[in-house]
Amino acid sequence: MQEELFTSGRNIPHIDPYLQIWHWPISLYLFLGGLAAGILFFAALFYVMGKEKEYPAAVKFASIIPPIALSIGLLALVYDLTHKLYTWRLYTTFRIESPMSWGAWVLLIVTPLSFMWLFSYYAEIYPKTEEKLQLLKKFKFLKTFEQFLKENRIYIAYALIPLTLVLGVYTGILLSAFNARPLWNNAILGPLFLTSGLSTGAAAIIIMAKTKKEKHLFGKIDLALIIVELALIVHMIMGYYAGSQVQLEAMQLLVGGDFTLMFFGFVVILGLILPATLELIELIGYKVPVIVPAMLVILGGLIFRFVMVEAGQLTRFLY
Amino acid sequence: MRYAMVIDTLKCVGCSDCVVACQTENDVPIGFCRDWITETVNGSYPNLNLELKSERCNHCDNAPCVRCCPTGASHSVAGGIVLVTADECIGCGACIESCPYDARYQHPDGYVDKCTFCHHRLEKGQLPACVSVCPTKCMYFGDLDNPNSEVSQLLKNRKHKTLAPEAGTNPHVFYLI
Repeated sequence: MQEELFTSGRNIPHIDPYLQIWHWPISLYLFLGGLAAGILFFAALFYVMGKEKEYPAAVKFASIIPPIALSIGLLALVYDLTHKLYTWRLYTTFRIESPMSWGAWVLLIVTPLSFMWLFSYYAEIYPKTEEKLQLLKKFKFLKTFEQFLKENRIYIAYALIPLTLVLGVYTGILLSAFNARPLWNNAILGPLFLTSGLSTGAAAIIIMAKTKKEKHLFGKIDLALIIVELALIVHMIMGYYAGSQVQLEAMQLLVGGDFTLMFFGFVVILGLILPATLELIELIGYKVPVIVPAMLVILGGLIFRFVMVEAGQLTRFLY
Repeated sequence: MRYAMVIDTLKCVGCSDCVVACQTENDVPIGFCRDWITETVNGSYPNLNLELKSERCNHCDNAPCVRCCPTGASHSVAGGIVLVTADECIGCGACIESCPYDARYQHPDGYVDKCTFCHHRLEKGQLPACVSVCPTKCMYFGDLDNPNSEVSQLLKNRKHKTLAPEAGTNPHVFYLI
């Protein structure tokens, strides 16, 4: 038996008895970043494949989400900083070993690109708004800019494909780079968060889609991604199970601990297995309102980020 | 030059003088600390073993806080001391998450703060505040690269340990056991 007490000094806010340094804005951002990365990835991919007309929701209509999601996500990130006025310091250096530095720079590129992507389709997807505001007619430079974007859309798409993948992976690597938090410290978290981000992105496209064909295709894509995600979660748990004492204790939180209901109930069953089953039933030919599995996937993705951020901070090294 | 601290757990009585000295010397805000005392009881009654330790930042060679810092505010200087530049720190908390020793905290002014091995005192040729006040003289400070220094000799002749060596950080606060 070992019992350790702090006899003096330690009762530091947000650190003792366990870390609470990262709060809900970080979880929210990790979710929104993944969602935006997923949608933009599919938009760029289907544009490059020349399927713009066949799958308009993926390429055009869903593109309203990423700029909003990334803006809210960035505001949330800055809100959680404690030395906010120095945020610009992120952009005076690039630190190759720091995942957060990678993320800051990727966001600096992807966020404007997401706005450009939306703007290049603005007149096409919101003709009524444009009729009322007459933005492109009133301001010549906007029209020129739109023209420029339309001509160069293919280059934006080529840039977005790798960048969104980096963004999606980084939301996981951000956590897994901390070896002091055994729950996060596994190599699978990057691919897992990327898959989850792509899956929530596909679900958002399903909600925005108008044609049956598009809903079906993204239903299939989402189903495949959910299966991959479930496999990755199994691998993650196996990794903890085969790990050291600290990892075993970290696993306890998810398997048979405080976060079991949240993780297995809300993330794995309601957020992955149930929507996968519903999507499968729909694919076989039964009528299922696709918005239900899509919303479940999105909510599951959100809860997953909250569980990982909060549970991870409860885990630590023993000494 | 590689600074290190050696603490004799057999001599430490857990008086907390080092904690108070640090808070006074470094103007640590109330409710926070850069060093602290732990009391660890091992075994089961009646065979108990009590160990008292003064803990702080370990000024690791492979410092995860320096690796994770997105702005370079956390950095290592000559002598292996890990420091934080307040006006480069954005308060993101990555270093706090990455530290296996929970040695850092967010200062009420926003930036992240921690033990500096009293860098400002070392520059003047003085010992860190905690070492200089220890009433049982259980704390030693010096250069590990010099084989004749007090710390090198102690580590050569006495059994010692570091905290969480399995974290791979190569810490530089040693405990004589």
